[in-house]
Amino acid sequence: MKSFFNYIAEIFSGVWTLLTGMKVTAKYFFTPWKNVTQQYPENRDTLVMYDRFRGEVIMPHNENNEHKCTGCGLCENACPNGSIEIISKSIVNEEGKKKRIIDQHIYHLGMCTFCNLCVRACPSDAIVMGQKFEHAHWDRSTFTKVLNQPGSKIMEGIKE
Amino acid sequence: MAFEKYDFTPITQSIHQALIENVSPLLTTIIEWTIIGVLYLLFIAVFGLFLVYAERKVCAAFQQRLGPMRVGPWGLLQTIADFIKLLMKELITPKSVDKFLYNLAPFIVIIVPFLTISVIPFAPGLQSLDFDIGIFFVTAVSSVGVIGVLLAGWASNNKYSLIGGMRSGAQIVSYELSVGMSLITMVILAGTMQVSEIVELQRGGWFLFKGHIPALIAFTVFVIAGTAETNRGPFDLAEAESELTAGFHTEYSGIKFAFFFLAEYINLFIVAAMATIVFLGGWMPFHFGDWAAFNNVMDFIPGLVWFFLKVFGIIFLIMWFKWTFPRLRIDQILTLEWKYLLPINLFNILLMATMVLLGWHW
Repeated sequence: MKSFFNYIAEIFSGVWTLLTGMKVTAKYFFTPWKNVTQQYPENRDTLVMYDRFRGEVIMPHNENNEHKCTGCGLCENACPNGSIEIISKSIVNEEGKKKRIIDQHIYHLGMCTFCNLCVRACPSDAIVMGQKFEHAHWDRSTFTKVLNQPGSKIMEGIKE
Repeated sequence: MAFEKYDFTPITQSIHQALIENVSPLLTTIIEWTIIGVLYLLFIAVFGLFLVYAERKVCAAFQQRLGPMRVGPWGLLQTIADFIKLLMKELITPKSVDKFLYNLAPFIVIIVPFLTISVIPFAPGLQSLDFDIGIFFVTAVSSVGVIGVLLAGWASNNKYSLIGGMRSGAQIVSYELSVGMSLITMVILAGTMQVSEIVELQRGGWFLFKGHIPALIAFTVFVIAGTAETNRGPFDLAEAESELTAGFHTEYSGIKFAFFFLAEYINLFIVAAMATIVFLGGWMPFHFGDWAAFNNVMDFIPGLVWFFLKVFGIIFLIMWFKWTFPRLRIDQILTLEWKYLLPINLFNILLMATMVLLGWHW
């Protein structure tokens, strides 16, 4: 007898769980304005990407054309497929000491898998992931970018 | 009654009269058959394409997507473009298939909806075959489809196809029982198997309300078993994409694949139409008790509109199932049928018989 009641209870609990699932999808169905699909080429002007979206590696510069990159090369080491090349140069600072600074931070966009490891490795947060994603181009050479702008120098107070 | 003016009988009668006065009776029959055949062919093609579009849109809405949007306004021409693409595709026959059975299978599958659709009354007077065993005819004919599915699976000479076909066979043969039993429950209430008679009996109220509890149980069972019979999700393990590529129709391309595809969607329509006829009063308008004004307003909506409103309601429900529930395993499907639906159904028949005997229905 007990198993019979269990059988009946099983049917009702089963139907109940199915109805719970149907409630969730019904909520999706009847709130079409919450759809996640973007009509991309049409809404290109108003399109806002999510914060965590990884479009490309960029190096932010401030208004004085200064960046935070010390040229330590940790990002180059962290990169699993060699998309980053650091070319550094030596300069003599005002105290008369020899110092190694960044000359060119070369970034091969065509090889990048946007894994974010370089950004994680950077001790001074000099590079971040940008939001631009329309990278298609006729010429392959444009995929090799120099991230530090010409004439830029390192910000004051960045630990070496 | 107000909605009698939407009766199609005068139109069909006048066509028949015009033909019989001008040509011989044999030619009349042949012309009428041709007209009906062409009409059904057109209906199946157009409605099938529309259902595919509707399915894609409904599924998209359930998953917070938009669905087809590019071909035509709101993607309305998408399925037509897909159909043209399928028509132009090469018909590939793999080397080691059983050629005769391989080519036969899609036709057997597509014949079933053509046969079953003939007994469906779309509106008053709009029904081509009115057997006194209409319900029995539908259940009998709809089981022919499983032969086509099994043949397709067997003749393809492909393990995935064979597994898909066998699963489909086990599933359809099992669920045929539940569909038949739930229809029998309603036949007990109606006292007839003639489809037009069943619709006519629901003039005072739909069987779902007239038969209350047992009718409601039968309706639930019928919708579940009907979903399984059409091989749709959550019972779509015959063509489980993630396991069997496409199941029994893996090896088919072009228009032969389109036949399977179309048959699936028209079978969905047939199941929805049968549920509408037997439980929701066919083309009968919705009446509520003695609200004369409300009933009169309802009468002004044509029977054809009522029929399709109800059919789309059921189709939406079945699509809702498909895009909500996860796919069942083969043992779970058979457990559901043999341990749950069948006992419930047998008990339900007893309940309905008792109720009809004691006059506890409205």
